[in-house]
Formats: sequence, structure tokens, C-alpha cells
Amino acid sequence: MNRSLIISSVLHGALILITAMSLPFLAKKPLEIPPIVSVELIQIAEKTNIPFAPKAKKIIEKVKEKEKKLVSEQAPPKKVKKTKTKTVVSVDKNEKIDSKTPEAIPLPDKTVKKIETKKESKQNPDKLDKEVKQVSEFEKKEFVDLDNIAKLIDKAKEDTAEVIKKNNDITQDQDKNIVTSGLTLSEEDALKAQIFGCWSIPLGLPYNENLLVRIKLMLEPDGSVIKTEILDHARMNRPGQGFYKVLAESALRAVKLCQPLRVPTTGYERWKELQLNFDAREMLEG
Amino acid sequence: MKKNFLILFLMALLPIKAFALIEVDITRGNLNPLPLAVSPLSIDDKSKKSFEKILKKENIGSEISTIVENNLRTSGLFNPLNKEAFLQAPDIANLKPRFEDWNLIKAQALITGKVTYVDEKLRVEFRLWDILAAKEMMALAFTTVPSNWRRVGHIISDKVYERLTGEKGYFDTRIIYVAEEGPKTQRKKRLAIMDQDGANNKFLTLGNELVLTPRFNPTSQMVTYLSYFKNLPRVYLLDIETGTQEVVGDFPGMTFAPRFSPDGKKIIMSFAKDGKSDIYTMDLENRLVEKITNHPSIDTSPSYSPNGKFIAFNSDRSGYQQIYIMKSDGSDVKRISFGNGIYGTPVWSPRGDLIAFTKLHKGKFYIGVMRTDGKGERLLTENYYQEAPSWSPNGRVLIFYRETKTNAKGEGFSAKLWSIDLTGYNERLVETQTDASDPSWSSLLSN
Repeated sequence: MNRSLIISSVLHGALILITAMSLPFLAKKPLEIPPIVSVELIQIAEKTNIPFAPKAKKIIEKVKEKEKKLVSEQAPPKKVKKTKTKTVVSVDKNEKIDSKTPEAIPLPDKTVKKIETKKESKQNPDKLDKEVKQVSEFEKKEFVDLDNIAKLIDKAKEDTAEVIKKNNDITQDQDKNIVTSGLTLSEEDALKAQIFGCWSIPLGLPYNENLLVRIKLMLEPDGSVIKTEILDHARMNRPGQGFYKVLAESALRAVKLCQPLRVPTTGYERWKELQLNFDAREMLEG
Repeated sequence: MKKNFLILFLMALLPIKAFALIEVDITRGNLNPLPLAVSPLSIDDKSKKSFEKILKKENIGSEISTIVENNLRTSGLFNPLNKEAFLQAPDIANLKPRFEDWNLIKAQALITGKVTYVDEKLRVEFRLWDILAAKEMMALAFTTVPSNWRRVGHIISDKVYERLTGEKGYFDTRIIYVAEEGPKTQRKKRLAIMDQDGANNKFLTLGNELVLTPRFNPTSQMVTYLSYFKNLPRVYLLDIETGTQEVVGDFPGMTFAPRFSPDGKKIIMSFAKDGKSDIYTMDLENRLVEKITNHPSIDTSPSYSPNGKFIAFNSDRSGYQQIYIMKSDGSDVKRISFGNGIYGTPVWSPRGDLIAFTKLHKGKFYIGVMRTDGKGERLLTENYYQEAPSWSPNGRVLIFYRETKTNAKGEGFSAKLWSIDLTGYNERLVETQTDASDPSWSSLLSN
């Protein structure tokens, strides 16, 4: 009886002890989730003008200044041996990219370390922390944008090989899925602006119809047009689509009037074939 | 075998250089007039002399090309280039243009042609060239009596307009209007008809009776109008070709704004009686009259939609004059104008997408257009006094009349016809021999 009482007391005591010890864990404070900051990712070329976003312009200038300072304090860049380029076709999106051979891509770990050391040597982390603590939510958002925009500016470099070299934190697997075949915003803007001036839109077109004409161009390196092809050519002969012929002809006239087109000075392989989608609906609905 | 397979496998692993096709969206263009060259139509000496004798025109080829040039210029969509800049002679250009020469003067299209005198008839052939594509876009020939030479110019203009803009032209058309003469308080008003460019003006009535609101029927052969006989308004039908005229009916009270239905079988108009006005239709075959609206308000200015299923009219049933639409049997009346001011004279576009109207707001008169649901109101022109818009057959241009203010002595009054296109920028005075009001645009004569 005594033995049973002792065992019971010991077990109860142990239970009370465990409960007492585990309570502080139960009372642990909930995780502090940082506020969600939305970041708009846009591809920005070096020369793109964004007149409607002066704030973004200031931020980009700030980032550039910081970059300059960083570069001045760094050792001269290490010479990289010239390597062959190859094309990687992404499986998911069926899009193709240029990339260096695997040997040319710096290992991700090393790169991350490099960036960290750079920051530590240049800036005082304590001071930075204080600044971050003092700013409002809105300003925090800007601060986050700085990093992203800096990365995006790097991404928009024309030379694909350089892009990959600078995106050091990207692994080889991730690298295969990058899309770099499009024109940069400034290149696209220049081309569009040129064609806008050349395209006389036929005003009599029925604006409630499909007014999209797709023209595939084959270009010379200087932007001269070698060949034009209307992709929906069959539509010209369809009954009730007489307006399409007028529209397509006006688009062809615009291309011929505009040539040589304002194409990038480099990367001919990228844009030697180009598709222009002429859509008059926006103008005619006006 | 295994070796070959291994080679194939290794080849598959080799990098292939390929790029996705870059696409660029072009969603804007310019609305500047298209520069084009209208070369004088070439003519041989023999034909030239024959036409000079018949038509008293020194060079009929040049005359026709001038008509084409003027038509295209007034449309506001084309910019005919100065002939003095042309480097190629008309006869050679008609055979095979030197595209580089025309490209040099920035022409994007070229019109060439030839006039000949064949079997006492006028034969005109013309070609439209795409200068940038260096190819022929269209080639047509017409044969007609020599006196029809102006119409040939208008038909060529229509064909070029249609080929380059994608919609039918409006040059081979006529305008009927009320020609006005004399002091404002004692105006002599006659029915008159002319080509859309002001040529071939003819007076259809003598001016003994007051005439108002002439309107073409869909074939442009008949005209309905209102005339006062012994101070009583009557609705008349006039056959333009034969000159025969008949009274549609004597109606009790005042009658206003007769207009044909799209099939030309009915006339729609409004009668005023006992202080109210309603809309009626009359079947032209059996002369049966049907009352369409029945409301203790003033309903006037009815106009059919091109498919004949709806009628637009103005009514003061909401307290002040606004535009309404209803089904052709008078059901489903819906108010569509809600802006500030008074709205009147709604006219349905031949394309069916817009309704033109006159608006009075803060002492100014406006000609404007709105969609058939009343949305997208656009005021095209503003003036001291202007009204009675009428659509060109392609629904691109409106003709209306505008009056000027008189001075303190009661002088300086005038009424003129004006045209304006849907952009609101291309406003032009339409030349008439006398003062003019109440224009009505015919449909295309060469359909």
C-alpha cells in the first residue's frame, strides 16, 4: 500500500514538474510576421525613359550612384576567359535563352559571400539597421525596391552573357529558365515610336471588327526589310473581310516607309526576324 | 549500330542556337492625310479636239483629275500633292510609273489614267498605284456620254476612297436644300439640288410657296418636303428625274419633318394638334396613316434606324426637349440624351452606329453625335445658330446649315451649308449660289 502510494506520489510529482517546465514553451510568443510589402517587378533598360515615374527615376539614380561607389572601392574585375555560348531551351515555356557554358558561371555560394563582404566593408550595419527601423512602411517599400531595381537593371543588359555573369546568385538550373530573347523596353519604344509615325491608319475601318494584322519581317543588320509576310493572309480573301486587305496594306506601307527600322545595334541574331502586330482598334474606337 | 546511336545521342546534346520570335505591338498610328499624287489623265490630240468641241473644255483629262483631287482633299483623309512637283509625264506614268520618282516627292499612292473619244462616247480608264509596294492596286475603265464627265471624276474618287480607306465613298452624290434669297423677314425659298461639290445646281421650285425640310428617299429618286399652300402645310412627293409632284395628304393642324423609311415605302412625320404633337407614319401605297406615339407632349423629328426597326425622335415629355428612341411600332420608348441643354433633330447614321443631333446649351448651338444608347456624346461644332444635320451615305460626314447674326440695322444675315467629318476637325463651307438651309444628302448614285 505504502509502495503504491509512493509510486503514485512520485509519478504525480513528475507530472507536475513536466507540466510546470513545459508551460513556458506553451506560452511562447507567436511568430512576428513582417508586414507584406508589394514589389512591382518591371524590366528596365538602361536607356528607358520613364517620364511618368519620377520617383522611380530618382531611385534608379540613387542605386547607380551607390553602384559607382561600390565599384570604386573594389578591386578591378577579374578577367574572365572567353567561352563559347550556347542556347538553352526552357522546357516549360518553350522559350530560348543564351547562356555561357557552365564553367563560366561562378558558383552561387562564393558569390553570395562576396556580396556580403562588400556590404560589410562599405557600410556600417548598425547604422543601416537604425535607418531601417526609423523609416515608415511606405519608405520601407522604397528601400526594398532599391535592391530589386538594382537587380533588374543588371538583368536588362543587352549582352546575355554579361547578364548571366552579373546574376551571380542564380544557379545553373534556374539559369535555364531565364527568358532573354525580347527587346529591352527602350529598344521596343524606339521601334514603336518610329512605326507610329509611318502608319497612316485607314479611318474608314469598322472598329467593332478584329483589326489585328500580324506581319513577320526578315531584317538586315541595318534594319532594312528583306522580306515581309502577312501571317493571316488567308483572311484577305474571306467574304466580309474586305477591310482587312486595306488594313494589311496600310501596315505594309508603314513598314516600307519606315525602313531602315530602328533596331538595336547589337544582337542581330536575336531580332533578324521580327513580328509586328498592328492593331488599329484602339485608335479607331478613340 | 550502337555506335551510330551513341553519335545521334551526343548530337542531340549539342547546343542549338535558336531564339523566340520577338513580337512588337503597334497600337497607334497617325491620322494625317495620306499624301498621294493625282496625275492628270493623259489624252491624245484627236480626242482632245473632239472633247473641246463638245464640252468646251480645253483638256478634259486635266479637268477630271482636278475633280478627283478636290474630292479627295475635301475628305480630309488625303493630301493631294502639288502637280508641279511631278517628275513623270502623265502618258508615261499611266503605262508604268517610275516608283522612285514618285517616292521622291513622298507620294504613297498615285492615280494615273487615260481619256479617249470612242464612238462619240467618253472612255476613261484609271489606275491606282501603291508607290511603296511598287504595285498596281486597282484598274478600272468607264464609258459614258461626254456630258457625264464630272460624274466620272466623282466615281473615280469613290473607288480610290474605298480602296484606301476601307469604306464606301460619298462623292457621286447630290444634295437637296432650300435656296434662300431676299431679306430675312421676306425670304424667297426654293427647292434646289446640286452635286455634293456644289456643281450642277438646279432650282426645282419657283419660290411662290414656302418650302421646308426636303428629304431624299433611299434610291435618291424621290424627295419629300413640306410646302405651305394658302398658309396650310402640305407634304409633297417630288420625282427628281421626271419633275412630277404630288400632294401626299392634307393633314389637320401643323405637319413637320417628313422623312422616308429605309425601304422607301413609308413617310414618317409629326402632326401638331390641340397643343400636342405626335408621330405618324403614312404608307405610300395605300395612304393609310398610323399613329406611332400617343403622349400629351410634343414629339417631333422622327428618324428611322437603317434597318427600320427603331425610330429616334425628340420629345419634351421629361420637361424639356430630349432625344428618345423606340421600336418602329412605338413601343419601348427610351430616353437616350441626358446631357445639359436641349436636344433635337436626331438623325440615325446610315452605318447604324451613331445618332447626329442639334443641341442648344447656354445660347450656343452645337452639332454632335452620340451612340444609339446615348453614350459617347461628342460635340463636333459650335456656333451662334446651326441645325439640321444630314449624313453622307457612308456615315463619315455631316452636312448642316449655319446662320449668321444680323447687326443692329438688321443686316448681315446669311445662311450657308457647312460640312464636318466625324473627327470634328475637317469643317468646310459648301459653296452654293444663294443662301441655303435644310440640306439633305442623297445616297450613292452609282451603287
